[in-house]
Amino acid sequence: MTHGRYLREGLPVPVAEPDGLSEPFWSGLREGVLRVQRCTHCGQWQFGPEWICHVCLRFDPAWTEVAPKGRIYSWERVWHPAHHALNEQGPYVAVLVELPHAGNVRMVGNLLGDPLQEVVIGAEVQGVFEHHPEHTPAYSLLQWRLR
Amino acid sequence: MSSDRTLRGRVAIVGVGESTYYKHGQSPDAEFKMALQAILNACGDAGIDPRRIDGFSSYGDDRSEATRLASALGLPRLRTAVMQWGGGGGGSCAAVANGAAAIASGQADCVVAFRSLAQGQHGRFGQSSASGTLSGERSYLVPYGVISPPQRFAMRVRRYMHEHGVRQEALRAIALASYHHAQANPRAVMHGKPLDAAKYDASRWIVEPFHLFDCCMENDGAAAVVMVPAEQAPDLAQKPAYLLGAASGSGHRFATLGHNSPDYASANFKTVAQDLYRMAGITPADVGSVQSYENFTGGVVMALAEHAFFRPEEANEFLTLENLQAPSGRLPLNTSGGNLAECYMHGFEQVIEAVRQVRGTSTSQAMRNDVALVIGGPMVAPASNLLLGSAAAAGRHA
Repeated sequence: MTHGRYLREGLPVPVAEPDGLSEPFWSGLREGVLRVQRCTHCGQWQFGPEWICHVCLRFDPAWTEVAPKGRIYSWERVWHPAHHALNEQGPYVAVLVELPHAGNVRMVGNLLGDPLQEVVIGAEVQGVFEHHPEHTPAYSLLQWRLR
Repeated sequence: MSSDRTLRGRVAIVGVGESTYYKHGQSPDAEFKMALQAILNACGDAGIDPRRIDGFSSYGDDRSEATRLASALGLPRLRTAVMQWGGGGGGSCAAVANGAAAIASGQADCVVAFRSLAQGQHGRFGQSSASGTLSGERSYLVPYGVISPPQRFAMRVRRYMHEHGVRQEALRAIALASYHHAQANPRAVMHGKPLDAAKYDASRWIVEPFHLFDCCMENDGAAAVVMVPAEQAPDLAQKPAYLLGAASGSGHRFATLGHNSPDYASANFKTVAQDLYRMAGITPADVGSVQSYENFTGGVVMALAEHAFFRPEEANEFLTLENLQAPSGRLPLNTSGGNLAECYMHGFEQVIEAVRQVRGTSTSQAMRNDVALVIGGPMVAPASNLLLGSAAAAGRHA
């Protein structure tokens, strides 16, 4: 999705924390790459990011590129907007996608396509990068479509 | 565990008080003023001089600061001021427990636990007008339109329904029970506004699987309880409600960012419920009534299952209006109307209702009033819970 956006403009834009913890994740999305943490000592996958591996307690788990694909773990269809930017949006679908090839870490995104479509838990999905280079600061989101 | 490391039977709630409960934005009084009203009403209920208070305990980043309360009330001294971490209603029971712990450990003699909340004056939980940038937990959710509390919890509930075959009717029964009991409670914001299955089914979706009536209200008000050492409780004005047990906390990595809790389809009570029953020395079969925080009905389904009232696979069969009604349903639930229909006082109205159940003065009294359970905010971390009981249940001579 190099053009367009799933949700209307005006929501807050994601950036890394002042301490930079999640910067490799967000810069990865801008480059069209999905990165999550994987401990180089014990191999544990980890997301959201943290400064330490929650299993072996070594610091600074490595950022590792993973294929942006997975399967739907859960979903919701939003009808009542909770932000003024979405007042004219109409219903939309958010999905929680698990990545079996990355320790089943999960990502929240939107499911592209008909907002009234039937959504099936377990369905295979492919990541689609939604880039906003024109925005200051530039940012990218990771959306999903059925495979 | 050595026998003195418990709250069982050591502290009693001797007074309860609340402000008038309003729809959000409709309180004529300031939030802090309502906190003072609730505290003075609780002292009046207990029959004690407010200047006996020497501690405050709250949760959810309450804005009515303990030190300002102590000044406003002219307290001779303040000995404990406790705040439970966590921004939601998960601390409703922990606020009681933390205040009680101060009493049991000799750090204070008369502690008020309270919640004050004027959403009309300080911004609503359900709406956001934020722009600019964000980071941390919200950065993984908000850009995708997962913003408000119902949007943040719906996917947990959907996953739970998927894993255990829970039907919408189970969620509906929770809503019907709260509204049913609110019709008997003149304090309830939804008093005089009954709900039936057809009205629930016809109500709009907020976010699937939550209809409008699956979601808590937003309100203005304040609620408070007064606690003293158990030995002093029998001399006061009301029948004491003794703490039988309390627990708070979180399962393994439950708060992991971006919906990555390992045990995702959970209300976060699997460890906390075990701790509670262990301290109280009772089983679910001993519980006469339950006040279970309804941020959303689906969270109540999970919370009740995690407190071992039924297995998740039995939810559809167990959760019927008939079973959840006072006086004689299998498990009278949210007997004041709770967050859905009495008042969204972040669950503190449910602490008060459990006290009334133990006293035998609820407007929807359960047949068994010796043991009353309160369950704080499901699906949040940390969560908390509380068991209250009569002198007999607490092993004390009345």
